[in-house]
Amino acid sequence: MCAASNPVAGRDGLAVLDAEEIRRALTRIAHEILERTHGGDEVILLGIPTRGVPLARRLAARIGEFEGLKVPCGSLDVTMHRDDLRLHPARALGRTDLPPGGVDGKTVILVDDVLYSGRTVRAALDALNDLGRPRAVQLAVLVDRGHRELPIRADYVGKNLPTSQREVVHVLLDEVDAQDSVTISDDGRQP
Amino acid sequence: MKRHLISAADLSRADALLILDTAEELAGLADRPIKKLPTLRGRTVVNLFYEDSTRTRISFEAAAKRLSADVINFSAKGSSVAKGESLKDTALTLEAMGADAVVIRHGASGAAHRLAGWVRGSVLNAGDGTHEHPTQALLDAFTIRRRLVGGSGGPSPRGNTVGARGAGLDGLRVTIVGDVLHSRVARSNVLLLSTLGAEVTLAAPPTLLPHAVGSWPCTVSYDLDSELPKSDVVMMLRVQQERMTDAYFPSVREYSRRYGLDAARMARLPEHAIVMHPGPMNRGVEIAAEVADSVRSTIVEQVANGVTTRMAVLYLLLGGTEFPATEFRAVAR
Repeated sequence: MCAASNPVAGRDGLAVLDAEEIRRALTRIAHEILERTHGGDEVILLGIPTRGVPLARRLAARIGEFEGLKVPCGSLDVTMHRDDLRLHPARALGRTDLPPGGVDGKTVILVDDVLYSGRTVRAALDALNDLGRPRAVQLAVLVDRGHRELPIRADYVGKNLPTSQREVVHVLLDEVDAQDSVTISDDGRQP
Repeated sequence: MKRHLISAADLSRADALLILDTAEELAGLADRPIKKLPTLRGRTVVNLFYEDSTRTRISFEAAAKRLSADVINFSAKGSSVAKGESLKDTALTLEAMGADAVVIRHGASGAAHRLAGWVRGSVLNAGDGTHEHPTQALLDAFTIRRRLVGGSGGPSPRGNTVGARGAGLDGLRVTIVGDVLHSRVARSNVLLLSTLGAEVTLAAPPTLLPHAVGSWPCTVSYDLDSELPKSDVVMMLRVQQERMTDAYFPSVREYSRRYGLDAARMARLPEHAIVMHPGPMNRGVEIAAEVADSVRSTIVEQVANGVTTRMAVLYLLLGGTEFPATEFRAVAR
């Protein structure tokens, strides 16, 4: 494949965001959430395991710093609602942890690390539907890498990252991986 | 994990922990407004019951339905079995109907194993004769872990404690008491609990122990009273009078005096110890009513945990890629 037809060739292992940039992106998203939800009233942050969960916690902490507001924060496992279950051996489940009070009538902000096909978010919307009836659902992601297969978009994006479908985006977070970084590679190799 | 669940010995420690951890996640479902997941939509689970059963059949049925599978109940009474149809012919009928899983309870030891060679779907042993009952062992292990291996999550909204994910039952002492000879629950529990690291002791009269018990991964005692003070778990077995063709003990009263769990014996247990029974109970024989109804008894909890554990097993066997049919064909021919 020649470089001309592949606008992102030759950036194997490239660091897209470093720890400082991740911090700034989350700070901006936290401000955007406060703006868009009129001060974060009745907002719940639900992280999608694995790495959406620490991101949701960080956003909640940021919002707490800015406004002194305690935003309830939880996790939403979507495994049982995925549309690709039959393509893999059965996988272990993540945790679903709703804040006390549930989701009814609240503005739920789903938080995930990478937005790609949109199928995980669809599964999350289905899972949420069985847990109650939120007033509204929004989506925050650290990286939007394009290639959507469903009519889904993010309300808050840390970084828009044009990719080719062969590439793999790795998000590493301190809570899970002992470091903060977003990198891109050609063949799925960990950086 | 293997494709079938015939014996507790089929499960490695990693398999067993995966089932318990999955069950732990699924336990939250009971607290939610919609107690249903779409995961097994379009899959068919057949409950094939040749023996009477209340809780196991209902438990499997509830578990399959909560995962949105279609459930077909088949009991030997009122079916072609009453007209003399063989297990194999029944199996081929189910096969033709496209069962993705067959849950079988049968009076003959080894029936589940035979069935596994005849059907394409997964076979789940729900009790075969005096051989095994692996899902009972799993739900018992789940109950023990929730009660005795502290979790980080604290009590759930319904007041249940949460088991520690990834933890085994290492170092816990479990005493299984009574009719081991006729008990499929005992065999499955000995195998599974020892896989999970528990130290299992069987306490029973010599006449109610199988010959091969020496090869089981457990110790044997004829004296219940000496085992009680060092037990974390006491599991009482039902005296299975329907399977007893001989005189195994002089009288029910004598059995009850030596091996029955009454309040005086319960008082000899350590403070934290729990009392389990797979049900149905013979109150006044192997367990006194006041013990069965005490706070240490987990008997009702075991039933609730049964649904959760069976959901975990069904999900892990049926929720992913279908197993290749080649291995099935080789056996069928």
